Amino acid sequence: MKRIVIHEEYCMACRLCEVHCLVAHSSSRDIIKAYRDERDTVMSRVIVEESGPLSFAMQCRQCQDPRCLEACPSGAMHRDPATGAITCDESRCVGCWMCIMVCPAGAVQQSTSGHRVASKCDLCQDADMPACVAHCPNEALTYEEVS
Amino acid sequence: MALSLSAPAFILERDQSRCIACQVCVRQCANDVHYYDEDDGVVCSDATSCVGCHRCVTLCPTRALLVRTNPLEFRPHANWNAATLQSIYKQAETGGMLLAGMGNDQPHRIYWDHMLLNASQVTNPSIDPLREPMELKTFLGARPDAVAFEADGEGEYDLRTELTPQLELDIPIMFSAMSYGSISYNACQSLARAAKRMGTYYNTGEGGLHPDLYAYGPVTIAQVASGRFGVHLDYLRTAAAIEIKIGQGAKPGIGGHLPGEKVTREVSRTRMIPEGTDALSPAPHHDIYSIEDLRQLIFALKEATHYQKPVSVKVAAVHNIAPIASGIVRAGADIVAIDGLRGGTGAAPTVIRNNVGIPIELALAAVDQRLREEGIRHRASIVAAGSVRNSADVVKAIALGADAVYIATSALVAMGCHLCQRCYTGKCNWGIATQDPYLTKRLNPNIGERRLANLLRAWSLEIKEMMGGMGINAIESLRGNRDHLRGVGLNQVELDALGIRAAGT
Amino acid sequence: MSITIVGNSAAAVGAIEAIREHDRDVAIQVVTAEGPAIYSRPLISHYVGGEIDQGRLAYRPPSFYEAHNVQALFDEPVTAIDPAGHTITTAKGRVLAYDQLLLAMGGSPIVPPMPGLELEGVVTFATLGDAEAIDRLIGAGRVSHAVVVGGGMIGIKATDALLKRGVRVTMVELAPRILIRALDEQGATMMTELFEGAGVRVLTGNTVAEIVPQDGRIAGVVLQDGQRLDCDLLVFGIGVRPNVALAREAGLDVDRGVVVDRAMRTSDPSIYAAGDVAEAYDLVVDLNRTVAIWPNAYRQGAIAGAQMVGQPRQDQGGIAMNAIEVAGVPCVSIGEGNAEGDGYDVLTRSSPERRQYRRLVLEGNRLVGVILVGNISRAGIYTGLIRHRVDISAHRDSLLSDRLSLLSVPDDYRKHVVRGQGIEV
Repeated sequence: MKRIVIHEEYCMACRLCEVHCLVAHSSSRDIIKAYRDERDTVMSRVIVEESGPLSFAMQCRQCQDPRCLEACPSGAMHRDPATGAITCDESRCVGCWMCIMVCPAGAVQQSTSGHRVASKCDLCQDADMPACVAHCPNEALTYEEVS
Repeated sequence: MALSLSAPAFILERDQSRCIACQVCVRQCANDVHYYDEDDGVVCSDATSCVGCHRCVTLCPTRALLVRTNPLEFRPHANWNAATLQSIYKQAETGGMLLAGMGNDQPHRIYWDHMLLNASQVTNPSIDPLREPMELKTFLGARPDAVAFEADGEGEYDLRTELTPQLELDIPIMFSAMSYGSISYNACQSLARAAKRMGTYYNTGEGGLHPDLYAYGPVTIAQVASGRFGVHLDYLRTAAAIEIKIGQGAKPGIGGHLPGEKVTREVSRTRMIPEGTDALSPAPHHDIYSIEDLRQLIFALKEATHYQKPVSVKVAAVHNIAPIASGIVRAGADIVAIDGLRGGTGAAPTVIRNNVGIPIELALAAVDQRLREEGIRHRASIVAAGSVRNSADVVKAIALGADAVYIATSALVAMGCHLCQRCYTGKCNWGIATQDPYLTKRLNPNIGERRLANLLRAWSLEIKEMMGGMGINAIESLRGNRDHLRGVGLNQVELDALGIRAAGT
Repeated sequence: MSITIVGNSAAAVGAIEAIREHDRDVAIQVVTAEGPAIYSRPLISHYVGGEIDQGRLAYRPPSFYEAHNVQALFDEPVTAIDPAGHTITTAKGRVLAYDQLLLAMGGSPIVPPMPGLELEGVVTFATLGDAEAIDRLIGAGRVSHAVVVGGGMIGIKATDALLKRGVRVTMVELAPRILIRALDEQGATMMTELFEGAGVRVLTGNTVAEIVPQDGRIAGVVLQDGQRLDCDLLVFGIGVRPNVALAREAGLDVDRGVVVDRAMRTSDPSIYAAGDVAEAYDLVVDLNRTVAIWPNAYRQGAIAGAQMVGQPRQDQGGIAMNAIEVAGVPCVSIGEGNAEGDGYDVLTRSSPERRQYRRLVLEGNRLVGVILVGNISRAGIYTGLIRHRVDISAHRDSLLSDRLSLLSVPDDYRKHVVRGQGIEV
């Protein structure tokens, strides 16, 4: 399964990954409309960490032993049988926040959508490659088969 | 504080219907042109410090930005134009020399654009590069006066003449001298890797060689400049060739200049100078005051490296370039590198960059001609530099007599440079001409290498097409073959200087 | 080779999914006292609270057993285990053979013995049956005042759920403060104020001594201090006791729970235990204890399952932790968040007016406990530091920040997390 590899030496904290992640998860999928109309209810699943020149774009690491999956009492955090990706089925999530409590990368967030659900990177299952990877101008995120 | 009379060079236009206030422009501009207004929730721009590098324009995800030259108009004057006035305003404020980066931006005649190439029709068939092999391979170094062979008794012949060391290039284009310090570590990595990938060489410039780049020694030309920065025995021995830098086209007659802001800890260690101090190379090498002194240094370097590496001498193209080049060849140089008027730099006084030197096209023709006349053309290879902008310039340079060309500005542009000419500030937004760790991250060497290799690959394909069109299948056949060139819009003096005929004759 | 699993909840599911990841064919049989629905007990509070309907209580779909090629016997409690004979006996008289056995029958709610437990309106807060009973009563408009016994995690969740249904609640806790095992005084005070602000009456140092019946239903309770409270619903949310009777009778090593090693094996090499019934290694306190939380149950089940099919997976250990929310304010406790005294270094940052509290407990140079009220953003970063026993002595201040991030942790640990391969230090 392909996973996102983070290269902190090339990240310049431009935050275009956050911009495009938001757009990819908006209803309109249009960058201008998404920012105009949906800014308050759509959030980026990518979190750019920045301290001086050190920066990198953090998102779900798609762990082999996912703590979120093990902690989720509703089964919302599950491994997609077709792709192998760990995703949160928001229709089943009850917002208990166990996943937030156990994710060592801090990659799960409380959704700002107005629904009390957990939100995290879903590897953009319906696209060829995750939006953050596709739009990183400096290839600080790459999409690779990682064993 | 007294009023500044300097007007901003650029204005910023932001299409507010497209701006999403993502603040990428705010984060990416090293000159703090853009800022976010918390109260109004919009991004604004103050173009005073805009250098026109297009970083924000390129990264803006909605293409909401446009940079224009400031349309502020003076009363029209053919002589006292805006640029002339601005220079005086600036000097009246600062009392200092005006500095510039990159090459001559004045409208001196570009002779490449006045030379046209031949193609084969009817009498001499053209060659299809997709079907026939095209030899772009080039060797740089001294050729012997004659070659002697001896039969080995079994029908084979062995070469008896000992050959001097040669550089072997897969393509007659090398990356010209750009010092670590003037450009970033990542830019150096990109050049070294691309040179290795494409079977050519890159030049360290006068910044020495970073320890991480010793691995690329076999594709490195180590420069020994007047400041002798970073010059020690390992440096000489790890490289494939050594180049004595007498001068460069952007600033003939004066030494190199790296402002103290760009002398970081790593740069200082590589150059062997104190951190934070300006790195000023003296105008002359203080041990070269005559052509005999040059010969002595050339052979000192050859001795130190056991005669295993070619030694090149790089000079700026100036008025008497022909006898100068002749002297250099007779002094024992294996390669003469000539850098013309439009050559680039990281920092030079603007007035010298724009007014000193002669165009490479004229210098190249004169040198090639003189060396042939003296019967010593074979004793050294000629490398031409100073604004080789595309593959046609490469072909014309070789036709005029060059063995190969050096490219620097083209390489930087390939890596993202937009010629804002502010390299000396150390705030290169593209991560190239800077040591600022925030900025150097922006040049990913994986991407830099790829873009440089692509440029060379693209140009080599075009060179093969042009050569095939001319009915030539090897660079050897193009070199000095001035009959393939015709001049347009040139007067007879210029045609004679270039040694070519006018188109139509 | 055949595997038998007693239980139908998190540990069983963890085991089955782990087994099938490595072995598609080995025979697996599930025997459970419960019905066929694989439902999530922690979700009961959300159901009672009216946030989700019964359909969403499912932890795995009804097709789970079939999809994983598992034979299942429902509504069939196990009555005996014969380790020597490798069999179990069920209430329907079946004797079933096993090669490997996993005990995952969980725990039962603690209810102090007293007359009146069978009355209508007297419930525990553990099972689907409990939830349905409460929902029916509330739906029929028969609950105006409820008394919740227990101010721990279960009592809190029950109270919050009842609040959401508009029920007036009195919470009664024996200890001097609520959430005494999870929170410190300040944290407990903040949560108490949140409850009181929402109209809950919180009585501490007290408990229910007597149930007052009327016409077959509960009419009120008498507390330990003699107070009499009218109520139409009494919820016992004291805690859960591991169901160890069968294991004890079978001669297995049993303490409070069924004792297991790091491979989830009991004192019998063919018998494993996982989940609320097991007493497994807790890596924070460095000894075995039962910590009846969902993540432990699933993980322990997965480890047992992996071991049963020959995979060398070991348990690093569990961490006691919980996440709750009261009146919209989240609260998280991880590890020994409320520890104090010699040997512990306590760092706090609080802003009561913003309902935010952060308490870090260090032992030596590592983090051993965290309490967060209000801002629980990225709390898992702390959990990772605790789990991997990272030396954070140089990062105390940055870890106390409200803007916790991966830049608050040591560089080599950060790079390990960012790389993300398996995330084991």
